[in-house]
Amino acid sequence: MSQSNGFSPLRWPVLRQLQRGDAKGLDKSAVSPQTESLAARTKSADKVVDSVCPYCGVGCAQLVYVKNDKIIDIEGDPASPVSNGCLCPKGAATFQLVTGAHRVSDVLYRRPHGTKWEKIPLAKAMDMVAARVKKTRDEHWEEADEKGNPLHRTLAIAHLGGATLDNEENYLIKKLFTGLGIVQVENQARI
Amino acid sequence: MGTSFGRGGATTFPGDLVNSDVIIIQGSNMAECHPVAFRWVMQARERGATIIYVDPRFTRTSAVANIHVPIRAGSDVAFLGGVIHYILENERYFRDYVVQYTNAPAIITSEFKDTEDLEGLFSGWEKKKGEYHKRTWMYEGVDPEAAAGARESKAGKKGEAIQRKPIQAERIDPTLQHPRCVFQILKRHYARYTPEMVEETCGVPKHLFLKVAEALCRNSGRERTGAFVYAVGWTQHSNGVQYIRSAAIIQLLLGNMGRPGGGIMALRGHASIQGSTDIPTLYNLLPGYLPMPHSKHDKDYQTYIKLNQPPSGWWGEFNKYFVSLMKAYFGQAATKANGWCFDYLPTLTGDHSHMNTVTEMADGVVKGYFIMGENPVVGSMNGPLQRKGLRQLEWLVVRDFQLTETADFWREAPEISRGEVKPQDIATEVFFFPAASHTEKNGSFTNTQRLLQWHHKAVEPRGDARSELDFMFKLGQRLKLLYRNEYNRKRNWPIRDLTWDYPVEGPLSEPSAEAVLREINGFTIRDGKTLGGYTELEDDGSTACGCWIYSGCYRGGINQTARRKPYWEQNHIAPEWAWAWPDNRRILYNRASADPQGKPWSERKRLIWWDEAQSKWVGGDTPDFIATRPPSYRPSREARGKETISGDDPFIMQADGKGWIYVPTGLQDGPLPTHYEAQESVVKNPLYGQQCNPERMEWMRKDNPYHQPYNDPRFPYVITTYRLTEHHTAGGMSRWLSWLSELQPEMFCEVSPELASEVGLKNGGWATIRTMRAEIEARVLVTRRMKPLKIKGRTVHQIGLPYHWASKGLVRGDAANELIGFVGDPNVAIQESKVLTGMIVAGRKSKERRFITSGPFYKSLPGREKDRDLPAARRKPTTGHGHKAEQTKEGNV
Repeated sequence: MSQSNGFSPLRWPVLRQLQRGDAKGLDKSAVSPQTESLAARTKSADKVVDSVCPYCGVGCAQLVYVKNDKIIDIEGDPASPVSNGCLCPKGAATFQLVTGAHRVSDVLYRRPHGTKWEKIPLAKAMDMVAARVKKTRDEHWEEADEKGNPLHRTLAIAHLGGATLDNEENYLIKKLFTGLGIVQVENQARI
Repeated sequence: MGTSFGRGGATTFPGDLVNSDVIIIQGSNMAECHPVAFRWVMQARERGATIIYVDPRFTRTSAVANIHVPIRAGSDVAFLGGVIHYILENERYFRDYVVQYTNAPAIITSEFKDTEDLEGLFSGWEKKKGEYHKRTWMYEGVDPEAAAGARESKAGKKGEAIQRKPIQAERIDPTLQHPRCVFQILKRHYARYTPEMVEETCGVPKHLFLKVAEALCRNSGRERTGAFVYAVGWTQHSNGVQYIRSAAIIQLLLGNMGRPGGGIMALRGHASIQGSTDIPTLYNLLPGYLPMPHSKHDKDYQTYIKLNQPPSGWWGEFNKYFVSLMKAYFGQAATKANGWCFDYLPTLTGDHSHMNTVTEMADGVVKGYFIMGENPVVGSMNGPLQRKGLRQLEWLVVRDFQLTETADFWREAPEISRGEVKPQDIATEVFFFPAASHTEKNGSFTNTQRLLQWHHKAVEPRGDARSELDFMFKLGQRLKLLYRNEYNRKRNWPIRDLTWDYPVEGPLSEPSAEAVLREINGFTIRDGKTLGGYTELEDDGSTACGCWIYSGCYRGGINQTARRKPYWEQNHIAPEWAWAWPDNRRILYNRASADPQGKPWSERKRLIWWDEAQSKWVGGDTPDFIATRPPSYRPSREARGKETISGDDPFIMQADGKGWIYVPTGLQDGPLPTHYEAQESVVKNPLYGQQCNPERMEWMRKDNPYHQPYNDPRFPYVITTYRLTEHHTAGGMSRWLSWLSELQPEMFCEVSPELASEVGLKNGGWATIRTMRAEIEARVLVTRRMKPLKIKGRTVHQIGLPYHWASKGLVRGDAANELIGFVGDPNVAIQESKVLTGMIVAGRKSKERRFITSGPFYKSLPGREKDRDLPAARRKPTTGHGHKAEQTKEGNV
C-alpha cells in the first residue's frame, strides 16, 4: 500500500474497494496505514521469559515480555499442557501485580511505641534482624525438659509463610530455622 | 489422602479429568476459584461426562453442572456416608478391585467397637488423656504400627512411641463375609446413613441424593471411571481429614484410584502450597514427609529410625532419606559416629502449629516472628486474637509487596480506630522488607498436581526488594558471623556446621536458586555427581539429598523443572513438560489401572500394563511401581522394606500395599469417617449422642469464646466463607490492583430472599453480621443462589461471606475472618472456617466491636460447652501448648 501523506485520487476508497474486489468495504480496503503499522507490544520485546502464574495452585504457564530491562507484558503460554495459554482474571492481572505503583521499594522500620514508619538501609535492617534472632535465641534456649528429654530449641521465635514462595526458598527457610532450633515454622497449608 | 493411599498429594492432574465419565466437585467452587483447571471439566462434559456439584451456594460451577446439590455446610460426611451406604446396599462396588487392592478383606481385632456401638465414639477413648488409644483399631494379630499415613501433616500433638512391625493383615477373608472384616464393619458403620438420614442431616431431598449416588455408580467399574475434586471447602473443618477420607473410601469401593479419569484431585489455593508441604514450612515435618523428632520418643538417632522405619512397604527406605537429608544439611559434620548429627535437630513437645503459635504469642512465649508473603490478620481465624498476639511480640519481620494489614497492625485496626488500643502503647518493633516478585527471581513452584515448574528471572528487583532466597541466605551468613566466637557451646554447633556456601550470581550477588534445587535433588559426596533419583540414595553417608521425593528433578545435571516441550508434541500426560514428584509420575498408584495379572481392566481405561516380552511395566505414564517387578511376584516371609511389596499391590507407600478403606493406624479421630457437627452448629447431631469430633482441637480461652454447640438463640444462622475469582485469599495480591479491585469492589454477604424478608434486609443495603468474637458490616446481596434448607421440618438459613477484604488497599471492607474462633482438625490442625453460627441484622449497625478489646457485647447464656461431648469424652485434659485455659495466662484473666 502507498504510504504517501498527501492527497491522491488513487487512495479514493471506492477505487480501492474496486481494486481489491471488496464490495462491502469491510475488508483490507478499510485499513488505514496507521492501523497497518500497529503491532502487539509483545512483538517489540527484547526477550521472552518462561514463567508461572503466582496466584492459585493450578500453575498456568506465563510468558514474560521484557524490553529495555522492563516488563512490558505478561501473557499465557500456549504450549502449556496445564493451561493451554489461558489465564484467569487474576493471572491476567499479573502484569499489574509485578509492575504496579503499590509495590514498596524501601525497607521500613517502626520502633517500639513508634507512630510512624521510618526508612532504613537494607543492610542495617538485616544486621538488626540477625542481632535480634541471636539475642532472642540465646535468652530463650531450651536444652532439655525437666525429665532430661532433649529439646535443643527455642520457642521464642516463629515463622509464617511459604505457600506463595519458591521451593528453593522454603528449603532455605526450613534449613536455617531448623539449624537455629526454631520449630514453629508454618504456612498457609493449614489455612 | 496420605492415610488412605500413602501420599499426601493429588493423585491425578486436572487435564486428566477429560477422561472422566463422572466428576463430583464438592468442597470447591472450581469454576470461580480454579477457572483454568475447570476447562478440563468443561471438556469432559462435552464428551458426555456427568458433572455433579455439591455446595451450599449456587455458583458459576452450579451453572454448568448437570446436577447441583445445595447442602448444609458441615454435613458432607453424612452425605458421602450416604453414598457409601448406597454402594454397599446395592452391591455396586467393583468387587475384583476391592478384594485385591484394598484392605476390605482384612480382619480387625475383636476389641474394636464402632461408633454405632458407642453413640459416636470409637473404642479406645481414654478419658484421662482426652484421646483415643488406637490399639483396638488394629488388624487382628498385628501390633499397632504407623504406616505412611502417620507421616502426612499430622498435628503431632501425641506422637506415639510404637515400634513398627510388618503390617500385613494377618488374617483376611476374600469372600468379604467375616463379621469382623473391614467390609462388614463398613457396612454396619454406614447402615444408618440412608437417603432419609441424608435428607434430615444435609437438607438434600432424597430424590436428588439418589440421582447423585446412581450417577456415581453407573459411571464406575471396568469400563468407566469417576473423579472427585475438592479444595478447602473440605479441609477447613474440625473433622476435615475425614471429609477426604470419605471420598477415598468411595473411590476405592468403585475402583477409581490409579486409573485414567479417576482419582481425587485436591485443588490448592496458592502457587506452591503443595511445594510448601513437600519441602515443608510446617513444624511437624522435615523435607519429604519425614517427621520432626519428638522429644519424648525420639531420644536418639537409633530410636528415631526404629520408630519411623517400618519393615514393610516403601518406607523401609526411610533411613536412606533421613541420612541423605542430614548430609545435605550438615555436610561433613554428619557422620555415622555422631548419628548423622541427629541431636542437632530441635524436637517437638506437642502441637506447634499456627493457631498455637498465635496463642503463645498472646501469652508472651513467642518473642520474635517472621511473616513472609502471608497476611494472617486478614487470612487467618480470629483476627482480633492475631493482632493481640502481634502486640505482645518484641519484634516482627514482615516481607511482602506492600504494607499489609499485618504489617500495619499497630496503626490500623478496629481496636485502634475505636481508641481501645493506642499505637504508643504497643512495644513491638516492626521491620518491613519489600519482597521480589516471581518475575524477579529464579525458582520453582509445585502446583496442585505435584508438578514442579520453573520460573526464570525476567528483570532485577527494584530498590530494596529482594527474594526470600536472598533474605534467608544473607540472614544465615550474618548469623554464622555473629556466632563465630561462640562455637565452644554445643548448642551453636548446628549453626557452625550448617552447609551454607551457595554460589552467588548477578548484580545483587544473590544465591543461585539452581544450586539450591541441585541440593534438593541430591548428589554424591565423593565426586559431587548429580543423582538421577531417590533409588540412588544410600544410608552410609555417601549421598546428600535435601528432599528425597524431589530427587530426579535435576537428573543429569539438567533442570528438569524448566522443561517446556509443547503439549501438542507429546501424549496427553505430557511427561516432558516440567517434572512431577515422585519420579515424574503423573497419575499415582497407576499399577491399579491394570488387573492383578497386569492387564488393563479395560481397553478404554488403560494406562500402564505388564509387558511380558520386555519384562517390565509399560504404558503412557511412568509406572508408580517397581518397574521390573512382575505381577506374579510374592514376597518371602523374611522379606523387608520394598521387597515386601507384592506384584499386585498398587499402593506401594502403604505398609501392606493396599488402599485403606479402613485406617487401622495413622489417624487421631477414628478409622472410619463419622458425621460430627461443627463446633458451632444450628442442629443437634442427628446420628449420635456425641455432638462434635471428640478429638477436635479447641482453645478454651477468654479471648476465643465459642457459641453454644447447637440451637444458640443468639446465633441462629449458618455462616460459610468463600473466595471470588477476582481476588486472592487475604487480598495481598489483589486488593492493591485496580484491574481486580474494580471487578469486585466491595465486601458483601449473600442471603436468600426468604432470609432477607425474615430479617428485613434489602438488596444493595447494609447488614451487620455478629458472632461472640466480632461484628462486621457488609453490603447485602439478596439472591436465590442461597437456598434455605429444610432440616427435620425446620428451615435453616445460610449466609455466604467472601473473606478477601480488610482495611487497606484500593477497595476496603470488613474482614470475614474477624468473626471466626480458633477450632481445628486433630490430624492436621487446619482451622474450621467453612462453617460456624452467627447473627445478621439489617443496617450499618456495626460498631466494629471486638470481644478481646471491647468486652462482651452479647448477653452471656448458661454454658452448654459440655453438650459437645458424651459424658465419657468430657473434660479433656490439656495437651500441648496454648490449648486450654489453665495452661495459658492472658486468656484466663
